Amino acid sequence: MVKIEAILQPSRLDAVKDALLEAGIDSMTILEARGHGRQKGHTEFYRGREYSVDLLPKIKIELIVNDAMKDKAVNTILSAARSGHIGDGKIFISRIDDAIRIRNDERGEAAI
Amino acid sequence: MMLLFLSALLAIPAISLAQSVAPVAQPPVTQAQIAALQQAVDANKAAAAAAQSAGDNAWMLVSSALVLLMTGPGLALFYGGLVRKKNILGTMMQSFAMMGLVTVLWAIVGYSLAFGHGNWFVGNFQHLFLRGVTLTPNADYAATIPEQTFMIYQLMFAIITPALICGAFAERMKFSAMAIFLSLWSLIVYCPMAHMVWGADGLLNSANIHARFPSFDFAGGTVVHITSGVSALVCCLYMGKRKGYPYTKMAPHSMVLSFIGACLLWVGWFGFNAGSALAASPLATSAFVNTHFATAAAAIGWSIAEWIHNGKPTALGAISGAVAGLVAITPASGFVQPMSALAIGLVAGLVCFFMVFMVKSFFGYDDSLDAFGVHGAGGTVGALLTGLFAASVINPVFKDAAGNPLPSGAIDGHWGQMLNQSAGVAIAWIISITGTLVLLFVVDKLVGLRVSAEEEAAGLDLSQHNEEGYDLNS
Repeated sequence: MVKIEAILQPSRLDAVKDALLEAGIDSMTILEARGHGRQKGHTEFYRGREYSVDLLPKIKIELIVNDAMKDKAVNTILSAARSGHIGDGKIFISRIDDAIRIRNDERGEAAI
Repeated sequence: MMLLFLSALLAIPAISLAQSVAPVAQPPVTQAQIAALQQAVDANKAAAAAAQSAGDNAWMLVSSALVLLMTGPGLALFYGGLVRKKNILGTMMQSFAMMGLVTVLWAIVGYSLAFGHGNWFVGNFQHLFLRGVTLTPNADYAATIPEQTFMIYQLMFAIITPALICGAFAERMKFSAMAIFLSLWSLIVYCPMAHMVWGADGLLNSANIHARFPSFDFAGGTVVHITSGVSALVCCLYMGKRKGYPYTKMAPHSMVLSFIGACLLWVGWFGFNAGSALAASPLATSAFVNTHFATAAAAIGWSIAEWIHNGKPTALGAISGAVAGLVAITPASGFVQPMSALAIGLVAGLVCFFMVFMVKSFFGYDDSLDAFGVHGAGGTVGALLTGLFAASVINPVFKDAAGNPLPSGAIDGHWGQMLNQSAGVAIAWIISITGTLVLLFVVDKLVGLRVSAEEEAAGLDLSQHNEEGYDLNS
């Protein structure tokens, strides 16, 4: 089982969510996040002074999928989220040890 | 037979002729009738006066409510939205504290110091605990409304003036220090200035024929805005900048709240300016119209300047421009013509934009919410332009021995009025600087002015009030 964490532009959330549902992935956690990549955000003007704004709003999606679904999930996110501009985001993949359904104590891949 | 008929025919016109030529004799008019007529005339005069009084009092009570609305929630929201989220309650509490503290002080001694009959500079203690301030009019100030109406109206001005200063030391002053400092400020700076400009024997009161420098300040350009704005500058220089200023972005956490506050200020200001006519009169109309025109022109002026300078007009700029116009028209509102009001507003919008965008960043002082840039500068500009544009056709203040109106301002040919205005402005600056410096020093020694660095980082809401402004997850 793998955990896929995708940090996205907030404007891309609906497109990615719909694409994942169409691909057969219907469980996910969506978080509001702030951050930046190498460009460190942008500058803003306020009351005659310039400020660097490096806490940009982002959306983070977390998915837990079977190994078999991993590539499909990643490719779905990539095609739905990519715009070609700076700020598109990143995807991180990590291995998880176990998954448990709280309602009925199902464990392992059955719980995903 | 024929003769009888003919004579009857002739008699008819003769009879009617007799009726119009010889009138019935009238009985002589008696003294009793004259007395009764006189009584009726007097009763009508009294009824008309009562009706005028009722109209004036109704308007003045509404105006008093409007001016209080300017502080709570107008200014509370305007300032509250401009600070960071962690300081919203602390900021609003500063305005609210003034509503409580200044009211009590005014009732006990403030009204007396401002409007009692003392000397050129300050009143006396004749109205301590509002002794002698009843429901009968005080002809020195407003002959058609109860003196308590006048007193309560003036109180609302006394409340908002110190509240304005909070814009300078936003996000870093102790609540206890602020409460002590501003309460004392209202007594030793506001009351004397109000007395000088509006007190019956005031040095600067244009209605006082013994005034040394009769200056035109209809609703408080010098009394309210210059004093608060200049005191604000002194405060922010004395107390120093916020931690992290100017490199950290300290933007408004809610322009929505500030916008609502600014609109409440605009509407409330009709009570502030038009109410200063102290009657429901054509002069009140004049002030109302001028207020509205100047505000609109100033908002446009600031927005255009910002559009050119920064590329986009912001909501913050538009509402700041509007407030600048409101400030500048305050002294002029009951003295100038409507087209002059447009000009005053436009100039104020441009000058205050310059003060906030160029002068503040050049000198680097942290006037957090631009209390000096808008109120200090706008008030100074407005007071001087009042001397330029005051027209006796609107408000004939100066009269000759026969009661004919004399020229008011430069636009009438009386350029000497600019000297009087300058005197008022200079006195306002001096009393604000000295009074504020003394009080800051004293209060700093008593309780300390600034919160600690940790408290400043945690925010005033938690550190001063143990509260959070927003708990949206609860």
